[in-house]
Amino acid sequence: MRTKLVFVALLAFMVSPALSFGAGTVSGKITYTGTPAKQKPIDMSKEPSCAKQHTTPVTTETVVTGANNTLANVVVYISAGAPEESSAPAQAVTFTQKGCQYIPHVLAMHTGQELKVVNADQTSHNIHPLAKINREWNKSQPPGTPPLSEKFDKEEFVPVKCNVHPWMHGYFAVLKTSHYAISADNGTFSLPNLPPGKYTITAWQEDYGTQTQDVTISGSETKNVDFTFKAKPY
Amino acid sequence: MGKLFAVIVFVIALLSAIPIITHSWFGSGISFALPEDISTHGHAIDDQLSDTMVEAGLSFLAAQFVLAFFVWKFSNRQANAEIKTFPGGAKGLVIAALVLVGTEMLALGILGQKAWATVYFTPAKPDAIQVQAQAGQFAFYFRYPGADGKFGALHPDKIDEGNSNFFGLDPANDVDSRDDIVTGELAIPINREVHLMMHAKDVGHSFYVRELRIQQDFVPGLDLSVHFTATKVGKYEIVCTQLCGLGHYNMKAYLNVLSQEDFDAWMKQKASEQ
Repeated sequence: MRTKLVFVALLAFMVSPALSFGAGTVSGKITYTGTPAKQKPIDMSKEPSCAKQHTTPVTTETVVTGANNTLANVVVYISAGAPEESSAPAQAVTFTQKGCQYIPHVLAMHTGQELKVVNADQTSHNIHPLAKINREWNKSQPPGTPPLSEKFDKEEFVPVKCNVHPWMHGYFAVLKTSHYAISADNGTFSLPNLPPGKYTITAWQEDYGTQTQDVTISGSETKNVDFTFKAKPY
Repeated sequence: MGKLFAVIVFVIALLSAIPIITHSWFGSGISFALPEDISTHGHAIDDQLSDTMVEAGLSFLAAQFVLAFFVWKFSNRQANAEIKTFPGGAKGLVIAALVLVGTEMLALGILGQKAWATVYFTPAKPDAIQVQAQAGQFAFYFRYPGADGKFGALHPDKIDEGNSNFFGLDPANDVDSRDDIVTGELAIPINREVHLMMHAKDVGHSFYVRELRIQQDFVPGLDLSVHFTATKVGKYEIVCTQLCGLGHYNMKAYLNVLSQEDFDAWMKQKASEQ
C-alpha cells in the first residue's frame, strides 16, 4: 500500500510540471446578438413543498443571459485535438433535484464518469434522461432515497426530464474529454491545462446549437476565443 | 343461534344507514357530508344524490329488516325441522319487487336526466369565458386566448415542456398564439360562465372539482367540454380521478375563483409574464 502511494506521489510530481509549465489556456466569452426568447414562468402550485422554496418567480432556463448580452450555461469543450484520455475522472458529478428544478441546469461529465442524482426535495421525482445514443433509462426517486448512481458510455447531449413534474428540464453533456467548461453568468469560460497543439473548440447551447473554432496553442500562452450566437425571439 | 344472526343483520343494517342518514339530513360540517357547493348547477346534483340516497337507503333498510324478521321467525336448526314455504308461493312477490325496483330506477333516471342535461347537453352561452384545459402526465395546464380572443393552433410536434410549451404552440409562425396565456392554475371570475374545452395530451385523465360538482374525463383524441358558473370566491383543488400512471396521486391543480377585479388583475399579470 505504502509503495503504491509513494509511486503515485512520485508520478504526480513528475507529471505536474508538464501540466503547469508547458500548458496553455483557452478562455473567452459567450455572447448573443438579437433578441432571445422571453423565458416562461414556471407554475409549481401543484407541488407546494417545491413552490414554497422559491421566493422569486421561477422561469424556464432554455436561454440564460447576463448583462451585456452574455450567455450562461453554454458548454465549451475540445471536440478534436485533445490528448487521448485512458479513463474517466474518479470524482463523481452531482445532479441535484431541489425546489423541483435541476441544479445545475446543464451538467457536463466525462464518458464513463460516475453521475450521482440527488433528490433534495420532499416529493418524489422520476428522472428520465432522453438518451438516443446511450441507453435510455428512467428512475423513480422518492424523498429520502440515497443518491442514484449512473454513467453514460458514449458522447451525447442528453435532454433530461422528470416524469412527475413536466416543467423540470435539464441537460447532460456527456463528453469524451475532461477539457470542458460551462459558461458562467457573465458568459466567461476557461479551458486550462492544454498542452501545445491544434484544437477544435466547440460551444453548445441547448436552443441555438453548436459552433466551432480552431485554435493553436504553443507553450503556456492563453488564447482568447469568443463565440457569438444568434438569438431568436421565438 | 338463528335469532342471534337475525339481530346481527338488523344491527348491521342500522349501522350502514348512519352515513346515509347523516349525509341526507345534517348537511355540511360532518365527515360524511358533501363539501360546500359553489356552482349554479350543483344543487340539482345534490338533490338528485339525496333522492337516490333516501330511496336506495329506505329500500335497503326495508329489505334487511324483512330478512332479519324472517331469520328470527323461521330459523330452526333441529334435525326434524320442517321446511316451510312462503304462503301462496313467491312468484307474485318477485314480480311485485321487480316492478317496484324497476319503477324506482326509471324514476331516478328520468329525474336525474334534468341534473345531467343542464351541464352536458346544453351549449355554453356565447359570452362564456373560453378556457382550454390540457391534461398530461402528471399536471394540468390551462390556456386563455389572450387579448385577441383567439386560440393559436396546436402543433403536437412543437410540444416542448422544458420550454413551458405544454400545448405545442408555434409563436414564430402563428400570430394568434403569441398572446395566448398558459398557466398551471385555473383562475376564473365569480358568477361568470366558464366554457372549459378539454384535451388530453397522452392518456385518459379526469377533471374533478368536488365543490363544483363536476367530474369529466379527458379522452385522448376527443374534444370534450363542460361549462359551469362558480358562485363563491376561493381556492379549490382540481384532481385527476382517472388512474393515469406513476404520478397520478400527485396530479392536481387549483381552481382559483376570483372577484372580477382580481381576475382582471390576475389576467394582466399572467399576460405580462408570457
